Amino acid sequence: MLQFSFWDILSNLLIATQWTIVLSLIAFFCGGIVGLVLLFMRTSRIAPLEWFTKIYIEFFQGTPLLMQLFLFFFGIALFGVEVSPWMAATLALTFWTSAFLTEIWRGCVEAIPKGQWEASSSLALSYIEQMRYVILPQASRIAVAPTVGFSVQVIKGTALASIIGFVELTKAGTMLNNATFRPFLVYSLVALIYFCLCFPLSWWAKKIEGRLNVAR
Amino acid sequence: MSLVSIRDVRKSFGPNEVLKGVSLDIAKGDVVAIIGRSGSGKSTLLRCINGLETYQSGSIVADGIEVAGANTNLRELRRHVGMVFQQFNLFPHLTAAENVMLAPTVVNKVSKAEARATAAEVLAKVGLSEKMDAYPSELSGGQQQRVAIARSLAMRPKVLLCDEITSALDPELVNEVLRVVEQLAREGMTLILVTHEMRFARDVGTKLVFMHHGKVHEEGVPKEVFAAPRTPELQQFVGQVG
Repeated sequence: MLQFSFWDILSNLLIATQWTIVLSLIAFFCGGIVGLVLLFMRTSRIAPLEWFTKIYIEFFQGTPLLMQLFLFFFGIALFGVEVSPWMAATLALTFWTSAFLTEIWRGCVEAIPKGQWEASSSLALSYIEQMRYVILPQASRIAVAPTVGFSVQVIKGTALASIIGFVELTKAGTMLNNATFRPFLVYSLVALIYFCLCFPLSWWAKKIEGRLNVAR
Repeated sequence: MSLVSIRDVRKSFGPNEVLKGVSLDIAKGDVVAIIGRSGSGKSTLLRCINGLETYQSGSIVADGIEVAGANTNLRELRRHVGMVFQQFNLFPHLTAAENVMLAPTVVNKVSKAEARATAAEVLAKVGLSEKMDAYPSELSGGQQQRVAIARSLAMRPKVLLCDEITSALDPELVNEVLRVVEQLAREGMTLILVTHEMRFARDVGTKLVFMHHGKVHEEGVPKEVFAAPRTPELQQFVGQVG
């Protein structure tokens, strides 16, 4: 029988970690772009657009991410379209991320004083122009810390993609456990790797938050 | 023909009617001072003129554009009707010059160079040539308010609405702002000011409007109205603040 040394286990986990990172980055950036579009819709004061985003956000915040992964993985297959675990995980995580980012960013937009909207309105700027030149440059400063903080949730969220068979860190851990029967060692290493990915981000988020608090 | 024509305007916030049929005509070059107690509807009236507030009935026509709810061409209206606020509302992430340049470049599609030249001109007019590259946080309240005035002037407005623009200032900073407004009045700018500066209203205004309980209670030439207020409400008001 094949024997796994500690280094074999660790190196295999680290190889799978690459996929956790790739999936996190894609989910975060695609989620960010979708989130930005939703943010414009959510704050547009155009009723149908606001309602659509509200329902969208309620759905993705109000159901477990795992169910969303199942829906994308099995749901799209019902229409005869072959969906790879990779595609299903990317889609589900993107939409899930976008819903949370939209809500975080909406809070930041609403933190900008009403006078900024009124002054820019009075200068004949349109809604898009107000957002682009006046509101977002200010809101993005306060958005950095909570956004970086949320990226930790995205990384941890990718672990669920293991259940639909996408081989990332958690799935690799499960497979190695099945081969080695050393669950405590394997899952400790898995947890440690997640921690090494997430801790610098939380630390950075805290640091930015502190810096913004002393800034003008 | 009047530049701004307000006809029987009524507005309520919920059950609370704040404008109860206001009519007012403002000609080109008029300097209109609107005075009255807080809650008399004067700021609301001003905000209706550039569409920051909507009203329920009546009509407002400013520079030939009818201000009427959702169908108003607000962009066109606001290109010609400037507004200065009590709290300055400068954009804190932009320098004084960038604050002034924003609307001309974004709305009027003027080139950066041309907009910068305009910014230099209007900032010189308010006495802040040397502060072009200062951020709002580096300026005093009076300086910030003068930048806000310059920002409106850069759009070459036909009318400038001033909403209690000295009320948030320390007393020693009030005059530097009033001097700028007085200069504008002398140059023929049409101004509508909601103000608590009675002396300024009397000396610079060409028309005084006293609002009381959502109505124009008394109006006329400032010096005459202040010298001989006809209604007991204005007599009492002038007695309290004058």
